[in-house]
Amino acid sequence: MIDRKFIGHRFTPSSVEVEKGQLKFFALAIGTTDPIYFDEAAARQAGHPALPAPPTFAFSLGLARPDPFDWIKELDIDLGRVLHGEQQFEYLGQIYAGDVITLQAEVVDIYDKKNGALEFLVQRTTVTNQRQELVGIMTSSTVVRN
Amino acid sequence: MNPPSFDSVQVGDTLPALEKPPITRHTLALFCGASNDHNPIHVDIDFAKAAGMPDVFAHGMLSMAYLGQLLTHWVPQSALRSFAVRFSAITQLKDRITCHGRITEKFVDNGEHRARIELKAVNQDNDVKLIGEAVVALGH
Repeated sequence: MIDRKFIGHRFTPSSVEVEKGQLKFFALAIGTTDPIYFDEAAARQAGHPALPAPPTFAFSLGLARPDPFDWIKELDIDLGRVLHGEQQFEYLGQIYAGDVITLQAEVVDIYDKKNGALEFLVQRTTVTNQRQELVGIMTSSTVVRN
Repeated sequence: MNPPSFDSVQVGDTLPALEKPPITRHTLALFCGASNDHNPIHVDIDFAKAAGMPDVFAHGMLSMAYLGQLLTHWVPQSALRSFAVRFSAITQLKDRITCHGRITEKFVDNGEHRARIELKAVNQDNDVKLIGEAVVALGH
């Protein structure tokens, strides 16, 4: 069981530069056909200052650090037993290539179902750019199969 | 690209469906690298078996990215207000994901005309893999 004392726990924030090469790779990996996501000229023509990050990319930015599963170890969870349960994004601004994004995650809930056979860990992450503009809020629910 | 106007859409309207090619090990290898999700359960069959799974399986966020494409084919990304999904079943290798969206509500919030869209990602057998909802801003 995950120790309930972690409710309210704030993880160490991470800051990451949004790399245009990675945005192009991400666009390729998901079979993007809209060129604004991989062709800078097309992005500019559509009024963007640089390549825009697609709607779910902030989640990937949250994993862009040397040991992205450190929080799973910190909470003493087995990585092989976790599943992604739910994911939400709230959009307050746009992330672009070249931005430096800071992510601050906090555990907002831990609960279980089926007499503890399944545990749910809910995290809320604020996504802020280099101008201290809050550009998004992510909420993730991770399921642990006990 | 401009979003559709508020008056031009009706509750019950559907977004043009988005069909994706079958998910292969190669798809998952690319997405592992591109998405920063290096959890070996999606690419290393030995790790997956040791964790009690029959084989590797797709990242939930891959199908959520597909649903994101469904949305940005219909409205510019700047019109997205929120996007949420529940991963209701594991997406397996060889699954062919199709994304669907249907308008369930039209409303005004913060003086902005918006639509709520019910989202679904299903495989070739119509098994629901992701179910969700988005709110988008519409034009006047």
